[in-house]
Amino acid sequence: MSILIDGTKKVLVQGITGREGGNRTRLMMEYGTRVTAGCTPGKGGREVLGVPVFDTVEEAVETRGEIDISVIFVPAPLVKNAALEAIEAGIRLLVLIPDRVPIYDVLEISEKAKEHGASFIGPNTLGLLSPGKATLGMIGGRAESARQWFEPGPVGVTSRSGGMTASVAYYLCRSGIGLSSIVHVGGDAVVGLPHPEIVRLFEQDPETKAIVMFGEIGTSQEETVADMIESGEVTKPLIAYIGGRQAKKGTRFSHAGAIIEGESGTWEGKVERLRNAGARVVEDFSEIPRVTLKVLREIKTL
Amino acid sequence: MARINEYQGKALLRENGIAVPEGGPAFCAEEARRIAERIGAPVVLKAQVWVTGRFAKGLIRFAQSPAEAYEKAGALLGRMVNNFPVECLLVEKRLAVAGEYYAGIIISDTRQRPEIIFSAKGGTGIEEIAVKYPGSLARTSVKLSDGFREYHAGNMIRKTGISGAAQRSLADILVKLWKTARRCEARSAEINPILETTEGQFLAADCRITIDDYAVFRHPELGIDIAREFDHPPTELEKIAYDLEKNDYRGTFYFIQLEKCFRKGEKYVGFHGAGGGGSMMSMDAIQRQGYRIANFTDTSGNPPASKVYRAAKIILSQGGIDGYFGSGSGVASQEQVNSARGLVKAFREEALGVPAVVRLGGNMEDEAVGLLTRYTEDLPGAVEGYKKDDPAAFCAKRLDELIGKAARKSKNQKRIEYTSRDLLRHAKVPREFKTLTGRVVFDHDRCASCESKICIASCDCGVLRLNEGLPVLAIPAEKAARGGCTECLACELECWFKGRKGAFVELPIPGLAENESPRQPEQDQGARL
Ligand code: SF4
Ligand code: SF4
Repeated sequence: MSILIDGTKKVLVQGITGREGGNRTRLMMEYGTRVTAGCTPGKGGREVLGVPVFDTVEEAVETRGEIDISVIFVPAPLVKNAALEAIEAGIRLLVLIPDRVPIYDVLEISEKAKEHGASFIGPNTLGLLSPGKATLGMIGGRAESARQWFEPGPVGVTSRSGGMTASVAYYLCRSGIGLSSIVHVGGDAVVGLPHPEIVRLFEQDPETKAIVMFGEIGTSQEETVADMIESGEVTKPLIAYIGGRQAKKGTRFSHAGAIIEGESGTWEGKVERLRNAGARVVEDFSEIPRVTLKVLREIKTL
Repeated sequence: MARINEYQGKALLRENGIAVPEGGPAFCAEEARRIAERIGAPVVLKAQVWVTGRFAKGLIRFAQSPAEAYEKAGALLGRMVNNFPVECLLVEKRLAVAGEYYAGIIISDTRQRPEIIFSAKGGTGIEEIAVKYPGSLARTSVKLSDGFREYHAGNMIRKTGISGAAQRSLADILVKLWKTARRCEARSAEINPILETTEGQFLAADCRITIDDYAVFRHPELGIDIAREFDHPPTELEKIAYDLEKNDYRGTFYFIQLEKCFRKGEKYVGFHGAGGGGSMMSMDAIQRQGYRIANFTDTSGNPPASKVYRAAKIILSQGGIDGYFGSGSGVASQEQVNSARGLVKAFREEALGVPAVVRLGGNMEDEAVGLLTRYTEDLPGAVEGYKKDDPAAFCAKRLDELIGKAARKSKNQKRIEYTSRDLLRHAKVPREFKTLTGRVVFDHDRCASCESKICIASCDCGVLRLNEGLPVLAIPAEKAARGGCTECLACELECWFKGRKGAFVELPIPGLAENESPRQPEQDQGARL
């Protein structure tokens, strides 16, 4: 199985008539994603790659029936409006691709999503991909390369680094390890579904047997995952790598951060918390496949 | 996070109704004297720099008289603090202190809400105070649709044991601080201390505000020219790079100079990454080979070839580097052909004299590596391209080997005689059209005798067509200028090698000396296509 996306989900693309929107719609459809509608205000009535375009999300939903997911490819300043529109039209999962979305806009989206029982991936995300099934966003760049690079299997990948998402996944597959789903949670400080939420979904997915997490310094996502392992909420083996060790210790931008977060956010803090909780922390990136293989053998999944 | 100075922060607080001490900013000693005179009482002079513990570092001084203010200001101005010169002092009336409190706002990533913190004990050492006296601390998160009102603040402050008039005054400040933060889209905002005077007045004695980089565009009133946190004042090159990025939303380009004074042979490399995570690992790999990094550059998010080209030009303009290391995640989803073309154009124009190793793994890597190596064969510096199965450590080692080789046989270097940039200078019948950030020029004199007409087929975007055997625009000029021509550089490069060298894509980099627009051709210049 897989999390969040598979070939049965009906997908809307907001901003489908733009350069990125159009290119990525092609990738998604060629890979197996069911794109049923597009939306660009003022461009209703057209078609992009055979997909009907609507002026509003509500109209798309009325005409095409229930839509599960919206992938948003509009310029950053317009993301808030597009996201609020999709949530109010009843779409339960959004993928916010753009980079540089103002943080208060993200907070407003988050609040509205919670009210409506919706969730979102990103912003500043490459998206996600369930090998052999479907993809949302731009992982792999082209359907052909995505098909060559990623194989289905028992390992779930969650990453905070966009560039490294495909790398981790590719190097795992090259070592013969298939993947259930690959998720780039997004590179910003506040993201809709951070590592802990994705790890929770992998925990619930019966076919995911182990989880690989590419973490980074800053925020408290990795520490929260450590808490979840400790409390028994996460039982599947978790292999973690934390990037940013070389970054000089960031000067705190305010006392408030230090008062609230204490030691969380540092490389050392994250590695220690995860190790103590029982995660396998890998310090050399190229070791991830080997350690993952070992873990899969231990739990007799290989 | 874009930081703003204390005096600017206080101006924002004042606009939102929070009392601040009487005074103002001084950029020279005379100004400081005048402010002290106007206040007519003992003053405090505070250097406007972003460091903690200013008092202990001697960056806060007191003066009894305007003359003393003049003298102390002179001593403070121009001092270097963490690479930044002290350019401004805040001169304020010195107040008699009866109490100190703390108020801060930050965005919590776990709660996905702004969080407000209040401490009944403020001043220096607030972080330790918070640990030592947890009872003096109260915090709450704000639901944006509800806002943060006086009673929210009052209920919060109440928990720290403050009641009555003091609670009311402090609650008022908290609410106004929230309004300030929300209005200017602050990532963090804090007043430390909130000062209670012996007369029972509450004022913001010091403040720190950082603005969300991504929201700076909505706040021209804040006058932030570079929306990034630098640990040094932006260098000329950084400003040039930043200005480019401001005007081009396609992908991202980030440039920081880590070192300015170095010479060839001192083992500095120009670094060109793609994506933060992979860049970090790649820099580590090259450092392990004993090199130092002159600059950090990142072009990612599917940038067009023109952006990669400009980044490379800026990296190369640093001079003194021994090599060029391009390496990102290794398995990029962006179209690597664009990166390859951008690099080729920059390398050719600069007649690259040092070795370059570029890891172009990922989407379209075969085409990308083929292009990069084929089209740079005649350059003095060796260029090698690698793919997704070649780890960063291996590529770093290759660069080291090439640099070693280049040092051994530096005498009989190949030279390239002519670059596409010269072409523009000598064009006899130039015909051009505008692109999003530059222009494409064809020399129809050369095109007339060209057999291949490869420019047409190389343009995947279908921007070009032949008209009586000459390349012209196939789409309306406005459309090409709005991004219809993606500045992929294919026409120029393919023409250079397979045509009659009649195409040139000019992509100006304002401010970069070597890149000043070439002399316009004398006759018939700039005729539109
Ligand atoms: S390939 Fe070059 S020389 Fe030939 S027609 Fe095109 S631009 Fe002109
Ligand atoms: S004219 Fe075509 S080939 Fe030339 S830069 Fe523009 S899009 Fe690329």
